[in-house]
Amino acid sequence: MRAYWALFSGRLRMLLQYRTAALAGLTTQLFWGLIRVMAFEAFYRSSSKAMPLSIEQTVDYIWLGQAFLMLLPVRLDAEIRAMVRTGSVAYELVRPLDLYALWYARTIASCLAPTVLRCMPLCIIALFVFDMRLPSSPASAMAFALSMMVALLLASALSNLLNITLLWTLAGEGMAHIAQVATFLFCGMIVPLPLFPDFLQPILVYLPFAGLMDLPFRLYTGHIAAAEITSVLARQIFWTVALVLCGRWLLSRGTRVLVAQGG
Amino acid sequence: MRDAFALYFRYISASFRGQMQYRASFIMMTLAHFLMTGLEFLAIWVLFARFEHLGSWRLEEVCLFYGLINMAFALADATSRGFDMFHHMVKTGDFDRLLLRPRSTVTQLAGQEFTLRRIGRFSQGLLVFLYAAQALSIEWTVAKVALVAFTIAGGACLFYGLIVLQATMAFWTTESLEIVNTVTYGGVQTAQYPLTIYRTWFRQVFTYIVPLASISYYPSLALLEKADPLGSDPVFQWLSPAIGIAFFLLCLQIWHIGVRHYRSTGS
Amino acid sequence: MTHIVVEKLVKTYRIAERRAGLGGAVRGLFKRNYRTVRALSDVSFAIGRGELVGYIGPNGAGKSTTVKVLSGILVPDTGTCRVLGRVPWEERVEHVRRIGVVFGQRTQLWWDLPVVESFELLASIYNIPAQVYKTRLDELVEQLGLGRFLDVPVRQLSLGQRMRSDLAASLLHGPELLFLDEPTIGLDAVSKLAVREFVQRLNAERGTTVILTTHDMDDIEALCKRVLVIGDGVILSDGSLESLRTRVSPERDLIIDLEREMPIADPDARVIRRDGLRVHLRFNPQQISAPALISRITARHPVRDLFVENPPIEEIIARLYRQQEAL
Repeated sequence: MRAYWALFSGRLRMLLQYRTAALAGLTTQLFWGLIRVMAFEAFYRSSSKAMPLSIEQTVDYIWLGQAFLMLLPVRLDAEIRAMVRTGSVAYELVRPLDLYALWYARTIASCLAPTVLRCMPLCIIALFVFDMRLPSSPASAMAFALSMMVALLLASALSNLLNITLLWTLAGEGMAHIAQVATFLFCGMIVPLPLFPDFLQPILVYLPFAGLMDLPFRLYTGHIAAAEITSVLARQIFWTVALVLCGRWLLSRGTRVLVAQGG
Repeated sequence: MRDAFALYFRYISASFRGQMQYRASFIMMTLAHFLMTGLEFLAIWVLFARFEHLGSWRLEEVCLFYGLINMAFALADATSRGFDMFHHMVKTGDFDRLLLRPRSTVTQLAGQEFTLRRIGRFSQGLLVFLYAAQALSIEWTVAKVALVAFTIAGGACLFYGLIVLQATMAFWTTESLEIVNTVTYGGVQTAQYPLTIYRTWFRQVFTYIVPLASISYYPSLALLEKADPLGSDPVFQWLSPAIGIAFFLLCLQIWHIGVRHYRSTGS
Repeated sequence: MTHIVVEKLVKTYRIAERRAGLGGAVRGLFKRNYRTVRALSDVSFAIGRGELVGYIGPNGAGKSTTVKVLSGILVPDTGTCRVLGRVPWEERVEHVRRIGVVFGQRTQLWWDLPVVESFELLASIYNIPAQVYKTRLDELVEQLGLGRFLDVPVRQLSLGQRMRSDLAASLLHGPELLFLDEPTIGLDAVSKLAVREFVQRLNAERGTTVILTTHDMDDIEALCKRVLVIGDGVILSDGSLESLRTRVSPERDLIIDLEREMPIADPDARVIRRDGLRVHLRFNPQQISAPALISRITARHPVRDLFVENPPIEEIIARLYRQQEAL
């Protein structure tokens, strides 16, 4: 266990150094959040029908999405890609450690560090300058925090799965790209899931992607009552375990391919 | 000038042949690119399915904005990879190699690569535009078709100018500044919707500082023959894409200042 | 006829100093501290048409700054310079049309394209007429032995093949002046010889002026009649290798192989190294002539073999830098 922890914290410290990048990223995300908020306000102004999500809830949802953007598999692990290209991935295979756990620890660190750097300042600015509101109740806040922690594990499991597809260089890269696209759309990052057509709702809620953003964000805004936390956590944990198992299976296939190619 | 274009096309054909050596990767990436931009459109569709209209604007009209801006951006994006990677060239000293050749630095950088996979975004924009063009009851005349071409060209110039501007910064700082990226990608995002939906200060930024409105909002009004809620003149609407071209020329001047700075400091 | 005249070139760089920490980085955005580094303090020389000149000096001495100024990339602070009748930085485009530059560390070819396609692209860049291009290409392919890999993408070439292709690429437009920067770096012995031979031929047959910067003293000894040595931004020495030697250190080495192990000593020579039976003696020919020393040694010691040689040029150069620093 010590080895995985060392890897995790080493990578975390390394990533926390990129402060300029974080600053630039923060500006970018504020800008994007602003465009989105303005567009949604315009949409809400143009319709008098009752909406499944109030405009206030939508604004909170959008800012949370910007704050936690880095949880999503925005970019794949460049080091793993380089290792596969140059063939030095073979060295990873000879280490006396569980490769999946090793990569998972790395991935958790690379999901966590940029999120930590960006979410706090972004939330503070959005709360004080741009009409974002605090969680709807202390219970909601608790439920949100809990659910967000599981979301980190779920997001890392997903990123790790995509990193593993890089072992199949070309096909893997294309697959990973398409999966990224699906993630963005179905986690609520672009349009909050409750605003999708009603007939899609039952499907969206049970896909793994909802657990990344939509479910915790709706806990925050009170759209899902804090009392339902167990059901939310259950869904998130189920998908985390499923993606981990899937990743393990894929990795064992992938390493066999590598061995067959002679590294 | 003619000579510069001839050389540019030689560069481009070389770049095609280079990319075609990795055909499988090319097909994969183009497809992914197509889907990724398609996703942005899907989001717009979802919103219209829920809200039905956006102020006085219908989905088909927003499709027109969307198609124009994405085609323009795809053109600029596909042809500007040399500028995009420019900060690397300064860092490694490869820019010196360009200065050792008897050609303008702009021609050489523009010719670095024509990123073929960007046709993913272009074709997607084109599809949405064609849908809008037939769904809206626009009376298509030669003048209007010319205006479409003018708008796309003006838009491509505007985005190209922004990308050149970003590259120019590499002469002064080694840190990669994503700020301009925000403006390009954010600009595409912004210009997908009519300008009227935004707050005043935001509208002014994209009218006077980065003149995005001149290559999407105003010419689209002319195509739709729709009265401008902001009160612009139709003559201005027809001519406004020229502002994108002027912006580009201005950015080139700033680029040349950067090159002069580089040659006197050698940084 | 002089090809290059350089007078009193001065070039300084301003280097921004970074402050530590986040606060420093933020303050650095508004106000920066600069340190001035003088790359060229006062450089003057002239080079005639058809010369093959070695330009050597330690890293950071100002070699590449000089080359950048001469090739028109960089504008100096003060000083004048005319290359092929032009001020290089004032008419960059016209100037670079007539020069060729090879950087041994970096290729100018297109990585993913076959060699010949890079050549064709260069032909368009330099506007070389089709007929001229064809004859010149054939010539270069024959002289440099490129035929076997003209159709291979550059990324698949060996270093030696790449270097030869790069040489050809920089000569397609028939430059009158060629800058070679470390052209043999990392090459195997055979490729090194091929490159040297080619450069020599180019200089002798076509009369191309060549300026060679290198750390490989064998290149210099094999090719250059004249050597410019730069250190700390000033020219330390200009002349033939021989005159450099006599000026810096006239000493020579006598190397003898003894019959058996024994102590050796002489009033006019000192032992600088012993490897088993081989002894290196250094002496000054102005004090004692080589034949006199040899006859004295052979009279006193049983010698199997002996020869006289110059101290390695690296040692001479190193000594020159040390003298310079001591001043």
